[in-house]
Amino acid sequence: MSVLVYTESLKGKFKKNAFEVASYAYKVAQDLGTTVTAVTFNAQDDASLGTYGVSKVLKVTNDKLDTFNAKAYADALAQAAKAEGAKVIVLSSSADTKFLAPILAAKMDAGYVPNVVAAPDSTSPFVVKRTAFSNKGFAHTEITSEIKVIGVSNNAYGVVENSVSAAVEDFNPSLTDGDFAVKSVEVDRVTGKVTIADADIVVSGGRGLKGPENWGMIEELAQVLGAATACSKPVSDLGWRPHGEHVGQTGKPVASNLYIAVGISGAIQHLAGVSASKVKVVINNDPEAPFFKAADYGIVGDAFEVVPKLIEKLKEFKAQNA
Amino acid sequence: MKILVCISNVPDTTSKINFTEGDTKFDTNGVQFVINPNDEFGLTRAMWFKEKQGATVHVATVGGAQTEPTIRKALAIGADEAIRVNAEPKDGFFVAKQLAEVVKNGGYDLVIAGRESIDYNGGMVPGMLATLLDMNFVNTCIGLEIDGTQATALREIDGGKEKLSTSLPLVIGGQKGLVEESDLRIPNMRGIMMARQKALNVVEPVDAPQLTKDEKFDKPAPKGAVKLVSPDNVGELVDLLHNEAKVI
Repeated sequence: MSVLVYTESLKGKFKKNAFEVASYAYKVAQDLGTTVTAVTFNAQDDASLGTYGVSKVLKVTNDKLDTFNAKAYADALAQAAKAEGAKVIVLSSSADTKFLAPILAAKMDAGYVPNVVAAPDSTSPFVVKRTAFSNKGFAHTEITSEIKVIGVSNNAYGVVENSVSAAVEDFNPSLTDGDFAVKSVEVDRVTGKVTIADADIVVSGGRGLKGPENWGMIEELAQVLGAATACSKPVSDLGWRPHGEHVGQTGKPVASNLYIAVGISGAIQHLAGVSASKVKVVINNDPEAPFFKAADYGIVGDAFEVVPKLIEKLKEFKAQNA
Repeated sequence: MKILVCISNVPDTTSKINFTEGDTKFDTNGVQFVINPNDEFGLTRAMWFKEKQGATVHVATVGGAQTEPTIRKALAIGADEAIRVNAEPKDGFFVAKQLAEVVKNGGYDLVIAGRESIDYNGGMVPGMLATLLDMNFVNTCIGLEIDGTQATALREIDGGKEKLSTSLPLVIGGQKGLVEESDLRIPNMRGIMMARQKALNVVEPVDAPQLTKDEKFDKPAPKGAVKLVSPDNVGELVDLLHNEAKVI
């Protein structure tokens, strides 16, 4: 009857969102008067989840699951949920998790609500707050099914420490050939760079930068801040930057702590996609750019003068605060 | 190859969002409805399969009669036939159940749906549909090639992409990348005229439970005024981000 949480790892190391979803699951478990059980796949240091309120870890060790496989992972999670009698399953909002969540929910006849931004409004009835209309609104959604699957938005609840002792148990789900009917051939993941999904800070460039050759200063600004780089839709449509960097309503959503937009005017679709970011800074030479209405801080000025100065000031700041 | 493209009827991306009836319903007043952008990339890819590989392309939506202009647009772009399940879409599971019935009756090899609709952003219909039908499934699909019954798909992952191999029957959750923005088609007059002759079959829904219900909507709190920093004093911005916003 525990709350089940899927804690994601990459090459054995827990992702930051694993600790956030564990923290969220602990809050739900407290409300329901129960405990949290996590499922891990080929992870190291499982007991560290105890710091975030996980009392029990079902540890899956299986070479076939080294590369993420949505159907096989969903099957394993369904079996874990049954074994635990779990009625609430908590997931993240990563690309992998959004791939497996509907499979898991359909397998279990469970209602699934993604993009959840706060602890449940209530647990009886079970109502959660989530974003809708591409961040232009929120919905308070009741889940009426017996089993409930919740996808928590990145950076929405935060990582909260609630130290308990985590008992680690081996768990061996029975997987079929059918679980592996979609095979991974090749994974092409940028290494050594912060991804938009995991980033605390995102630095984004728009058409105001005039051409792909001018992205050096965006990259440098991102590097100084330890940030991910992103771009507006026109920039990705023009082929200046890869599609994977396109953020906005039809691109990737951004939910970082700080979003810095350089040379982006702020079309309504772009603002929708980045509105979940906590603090927004805009640098644009047009004082009428709509982004200034949605931003917390702004500089009206030429990006080619402002950004190098900002890089310099940030370097000084980092040197003083190192 | 028989392809079904699932279409969601959504507010245009430029729409202002308002709620009505005590904030319990989306206010459609003055809103222009369009083919969900993620679905339109899939529909355009389906047209490629039709033209290069001789595929038959049907489109389906779950919705009332008010969705028909959007379906007609899909026919004008080049789909051969359309199916409308005559029911208000209650939630993602309900829609997946309806589409599963359409797929079963139509014997489709490939089902292309959008990764998510831009209104309710559930992102669950393609995966639930595949699971209900025990078909293979690839989400956030940004590239798809079919050779006989073999499929090679590219999927967007956090920080990169993954190449996958699988077989038909297959469901994909598609998005930009399946085709480029510049490949999208505006229906021409001939397409619009032909669309009027094409079959738009209305079928009644099957019984399906509703597992989630939107009780109430609200909008983000209005934003305070932007704090402007002079371009000659960029250091002040660093100071504000550190001491006031506490994000660096």
